[in-house]
Amino acid sequence: MTVPALLIENLHKSFRGLIATNDVTMRIEPGERRLLIGPNGAGKTTLFNQISGDLLPGAGRIELFGTDVTTLPPHRRAHMGLARTYQILTLFPRETLLRNVELALLGLRPGRWNMVRPLARDRALVQEAAVALTRVGLGGLADRPVAALSYGEKRRLEIALALAQNPRLLLLDEPLAGLSTEERETVRKVIADIPRTTTVVLIEHDMDIALDLADTVTLLQFGIVIVDGTRDSVIADPRTREVYLGH
Amino acid sequence: MRTRGLYTAVSLISLIVLPFVAGDFYINLATQVLIAVVFSASLNILVGYAGLSSLGHAAFLGFAAYICAGTTVTLGLPPLVAAVLALAGTTLLAAIFGAIALRASGLGFLMITLALAQVVWGLAYRWVGLTNGDNGLTGLTRPHPFGLSLDSPAAFYLATLLITGIALTVIAILVGSAYGVSLQGTRDQPRRMAALGHNVWLVRWTAFIIAGFWAGVAGLLYVYYQRYIHPSVLSMATSAEGLLGVIAGGSGTLAGPVVGAALVVILKNYASIYIERWNMLLGAVFVLIVLVMPDGIVPGVRRLLARRDR
Repeated sequence: MTVPALLIENLHKSFRGLIATNDVTMRIEPGERRLLIGPNGAGKTTLFNQISGDLLPGAGRIELFGTDVTTLPPHRRAHMGLARTYQILTLFPRETLLRNVELALLGLRPGRWNMVRPLARDRALVQEAAVALTRVGLGGLADRPVAALSYGEKRRLEIALALAQNPRLLLLDEPLAGLSTEERETVRKVIADIPRTTTVVLIEHDMDIALDLADTVTLLQFGIVIVDGTRDSVIADPRTREVYLGH
Repeated sequence: MRTRGLYTAVSLISLIVLPFVAGDFYINLATQVLIAVVFSASLNILVGYAGLSSLGHAAFLGFAAYICAGTTVTLGLPPLVAAVLALAGTTLLAAIFGAIALRASGLGFLMITLALAQVVWGLAYRWVGLTNGDNGLTGLTRPHPFGLSLDSPAAFYLATLLITGIALTVIAILVGSAYGVSLQGTRDQPRRMAALGHNVWLVRWTAFIIAGFWAGVAGLLYVYYQRYIHPSVLSMATSAEGLLGVIAGGSGTLAGPVVGAALVVILKNYASIYIERWNMLLGAVFVLIVLVMPDGIVPGVRRLLARRDR
């Protein structure tokens, strides 16, 4: 058996009695595209926050590429190849797009501790950041401040920060939220073009696009895994219709 | 860009020429301004670039000053050794205080820095055997680096100007470096920074130590300028004046603490000649600044100039 990209075992999390994650067990293989669905409040983002280390689980364990990371701080997990985006835009609003991506690239480099060399003079870094921006179609806006961007462009920058790190496991939290039909197509293409060396876990409500991107689907409700399996089997499952798609 | 270079050259020349044309009163005032500039610039690393407001920064200025005066006067160590000891000791103190204060952020951080500084202040008052308590430490003479006497106000001013120039340059380089940009990232979006692989705590702790070190440099300048040290240097008023300088001038800008600190020192010196309650005037001026230019003089004036150019 291969080592899974992500293994979650019997994970529990509750906030003052409100159970957000209830005995969740999941196994995601390298290269897999997994879609997480479920009604609002099902605990999808809370699960992401535990995988990324923003929240510590009450019980259970999380393994990244075969290593137990249950209590590891977020920055250590990033160095293991984990990257994520946020449902609520989490960008550096005072900086330019280029600087935003540079901060993402620096996060994994020892050069981030350099206190002497002007960052603007790091040609290789600037170049790599520009490439990452082009990847999401923002290449022409590198020197714009984030504040000058449209909402759709900010969404794409949000993804660019994570993609720039060439992660082994990428968590995308509602990358299509609030986008126009046209912008959705752009972002769909960005996600579809992610190489299979990156495992992708996606939270998304736009079923037309998301189901198309996914190999496998996990349905959550009240923090419990209701259905788990290949895309078609989950769609066909009557419980899916009842809990989610029926609405 | 060209006019900016011209302004810089003109102000630099006038700063160097100043001791040859001005009287001792003005030279000493200028020296005090420069020391306050170094202090505020060091605090700006924390307040402006790390987004951590401290009300205990005087601890590092005072600690360095006390170590320097204590080891020179009481133990008779040479000035260079005393200076190295003072800076090393202050950096270590900043490392310890930082580790404690960074358990919190925001208001909690502010209160812990204040409490820690008050501990140092209390020790300076009460540990009479070491600090001579309320009488302070006297008898310090200025060093003679490379055989140059710093006894005259002009000579000491020029030495202070040189060190201030070095401090501001090093801080400017720091701010534009990968570390400096990351530090500002932890100010604006700490959660994202952690997710991107930055160790937010370590970045902040390092900034705290660097800020402590430069406050120690200000402390050395201070103690050699005064040739005397009293526990009141460690009081909250010193920390607050530094913070006022940063905020009034514009936190998170390089020129902000320079303008702000100059304003505080000049107001303090001039106003105290005319009115006894100069603190009240200082307060009123700052209320006015905050009302008119909420993010400080430097960003405020910049915005005005940009509007005029358009």
